[in-house]
Amino acid sequence: MFPNKLLSSTMATISPLLSVKPTRGLVDEKIQIIVRNVPPRFPVTLHSLFHSEDKDYWEAFGHYTSDNRGTVTVSEHASVGGTYEGTEPMGLLWSMHPAPGSRTGLRLRKMNVLTPMVVHISVYSGHVTEGFSKQSPLATVDIERWYLAPGVRRIDIRDEEVKGTLFIPPGPGPFPGVLDLWGGGGGLVEYRSALLASHGFVSMALEYISTEKNRASNLHIKYFEKAFRIVQEHPLVMKDSVALFGLSLGTSITLHMAAYSKAVSPRCCVCVSGMTDTELNTNYIFKGGRILGGVIWKDIMLPIPTDPGLKVDMGRIKCPVILIVGEDDQNLAAVESAEDLTQMMRAAGNEHLLTTFRYPGAGHLIEPPYTPHVRASKFMVHQTGEKVTMLWGGYPKPHASAQEDSWEKILRFLQQHLYPSQDSVPKAKL
Amino acid sequence: MFPNKLLSSTMATISPLLSVKPTRGLVDEKIQIIVRNVPPRFPVTLHSLFHSEDKDYWEAFGHYTSDNRGTVTVSEHASVGGTYEGTEPMGLLWSMHPAPGSRTGLRLRKMNVLTPMVVHISVYSGHVTEGFSKQSPLATVDIERWYLAPGVRRIDIRDEEVKGTLFIPPGTKGPGPFPGVLDLWGGGGGLVEYRSALLASHGFVSMALEYISTEKNRASNLHIKYFEKAFRIVQEHPLVMKDSVALFGLSLGTSITLHMAAYSKAVSPRCCVCVSGSHVQPINSPFKDVSEKFQENRHKIRFDEEGGVIWKDIMLPIPTDPGLKVDMGRIKCPVILIVGEDDQNLAAVESAEDLTQMMRAAGNEHLLTTFRYPGAGHLIEPPYTPHVRASKFMVHQTGEKVTMLWGGYPKPHASAQEDSWEKILRFLQQHLYPSQDSVPKAKL
Repeated sequence: MFPNKLLSSTMATISPLLSVKPTRGLVDEKIQIIVRNVPPRFPVTLHSLFHSEDKDYWEAFGHYTSDNRGTVTVSEHASVGGTYEGTEPMGLLWSMHPAPGSRTGLRLRKMNVLTPMVVHISVYSGHVTEGFSKQSPLATVDIERWYLAPGVRRIDIRDEEVKGTLFIPPGPGPFPGVLDLWGGGGGLVEYRSALLASHGFVSMALEYISTEKNRASNLHIKYFEKAFRIVQEHPLVMKDSVALFGLSLGTSITLHMAAYSKAVSPRCCVCVSGMTDTELNTNYIFKGGRILGGVIWKDIMLPIPTDPGLKVDMGRIKCPVILIVGEDDQNLAAVESAEDLTQMMRAAGNEHLLTTFRYPGAGHLIEPPYTPHVRASKFMVHQTGEKVTMLWGGYPKPHASAQEDSWEKILRFLQQHLYPSQDSVPKAKL
Repeated sequence: MFPNKLLSSTMATISPLLSVKPTRGLVDEKIQIIVRNVPPRFPVTLHSLFHSEDKDYWEAFGHYTSDNRGTVTVSEHASVGGTYEGTEPMGLLWSMHPAPGSRTGLRLRKMNVLTPMVVHISVYSGHVTEGFSKQSPLATVDIERWYLAPGVRRIDIRDEEVKGTLFIPPGTKGPGPFPGVLDLWGGGGGLVEYRSALLASHGFVSMALEYISTEKNRASNLHIKYFEKAFRIVQEHPLVMKDSVALFGLSLGTSITLHMAAYSKAVSPRCCVCVSGSHVQPINSPFKDVSEKFQENRHKIRFDEEGGVIWKDIMLPIPTDPGLKVDMGRIKCPVILIVGEDDQNLAAVESAEDLTQMMRAAGNEHLLTTFRYPGAGHLIEPPYTPHVRASKFMVHQTGEKVTMLWGGYPKPHASAQEDSWEKILRFLQQHLYPSQDSVPKAKL
């Protein structure tokens, strides 16, 4: 057991100091980690520990050597081993994995956004790779990571038909709005909407694939139009500034509505890890292939059909679209789909509306930054009740970079199209 | 009423963006405020609003003009009017004052440290000076200011005699042990926890001690044995390094700190933090009689033009009789002394000069580090909470309620709080956490 005090040759004790800032932040805010007061050129391990809502332990660690002043500055020094390597200011968060001995197939998601994720950041003596819980760290700092900024309001939407959660930023408004559509995993996933509201958007997380036995899924276009109007008609929302934001199956719905809906018109669309598939019922997924260790759905849609009746007619899109593609997506043929829809738009003459960001080494689940990447996880196929291990693809570092970069690009895209700026408007008269 | 959207000549609307980071921070952490998307060279007002535990409204505001890109960056641009002027990143917090129409004599203190202070930061169109609640801002961001970092534990200490609150830094399986602090407030009395909460958030086990009771059924206790017992509670805590416990005093708490450092046979502080205090006190009689001695000098109390009570002259001139001052030559540990030059409550400057001379004569002046702050008053507290020049004060010995003049002016007092807190933390870290520089090369 390592002593938590370093004994010097004169038997005086030295106490290392660990500083992590901010101790309370939004999940997409960066942290600064500095270790001081260890001996010079001394090996230490920085470690993170998180106890999830599902009661699993997630951890990450990096091996460092202090500089001549006995300091480690994570944003400037390189980790030489651990769950991440190199100079990675946020490595202790995005490289977390389930602790040894955990259940398999886990995915880290915060379902209750009213409380923060509490992460314990510790520094250990030496280059430790296992048995962290059996040792005493030199120092520990607890940090909170929030999806919800102060003042954001959370409102349950339980319309006769529509089930969702609305998040409203603090302040007078009016605000731009977002209808937030997750993927085929279903349920009511709130955290991205909470974070969007924390960035000044009224955002509604919508449940359309039910995980409850007594509630049907609803994939009819009218359901989404109704949900869109709930956001658009909210007194604090700017009617002409409502976007659609989709991930995976949510992207299919987004493109479908943007192209075909007569009832609603999104101001712009965010399409993450998605396709142009036109079939809104998901029976197609049963044609999937199975591979040892994980189900790969990617090839289901390949080759991309040439028959226009099987794809969204991208020429009908009239609003800006940002497309986020993980090149190692194993769940959807995202790359092939992106190329195909780009060609469709080029041919139709509306390619100028499209902005695409492709991320090598990123997988399917491109989410807000700094939460850990998982290459595969347990997944419930709702239509059949089957539980499989789904291969999402991606590798930790490139996937983390994709999450960080795409989130920034997405927020800027939304701000640009939903908040006209001074540059795009003639000189104001006041 | 100003529209919260700015209408352009083509009737398209522009929405200003307000960013404040971090939205959740410790009270001593700085905030970055940026306004974007207003027209270029456009006047705006940044405004802060806080609803206190006592249900009063406190606010501050600064007048800015956006740059050519329609941006205001508070850390780089100067406020040209309001409750603060100049380039002041934290001005919206430290320059807060009670909103017009408030009760008088207020002081802003957070008594419940388990919850944050929630401050509403807004940007308004134009240079607004009043009536903020009647107008719609262009944008608002809420921020939380915490005295307690995540993971810090708060423990009630209700010994047979000792009443206090202990705060312990995070880390349940180790690390620790930590250095300790016995935290002594001033004659206002009661159990004031926020400074100890903040010290624990910086890695110290800190106990806030109540020694002047504000309850009728509980007596005050100024006997030195009470403080020695409290000190030992900190020192003997399993997570505290026995040889690294400091005394931290403000005002009357400084008097107690110096008395214990010089005379206690039972406890030995590793170092002392002395804010806005004095070594002048009756030595030949028990410390607990200090308030009686105080009463004898009541005739020296003065009043300012608004009826504020000035206690500064009570201990002037500084006595030459050694029986009326702590024998500073007996101090054996490092001392940091924080002095507000405009302190109207206590003769802090004169005391500082006198005690420095005593230590010089005794040969232990090397233990003393003094920081004097021009324009700062008596209540030098952790940074960014507002300065008040005077406030209502209950004189416990007599039950009198007066308006006490503390002294100081907003900007220099805010600077003093910011700078002294940084100096104090560094002093405590230096003396309670020996660093690599001061110890021969480690063997591991």
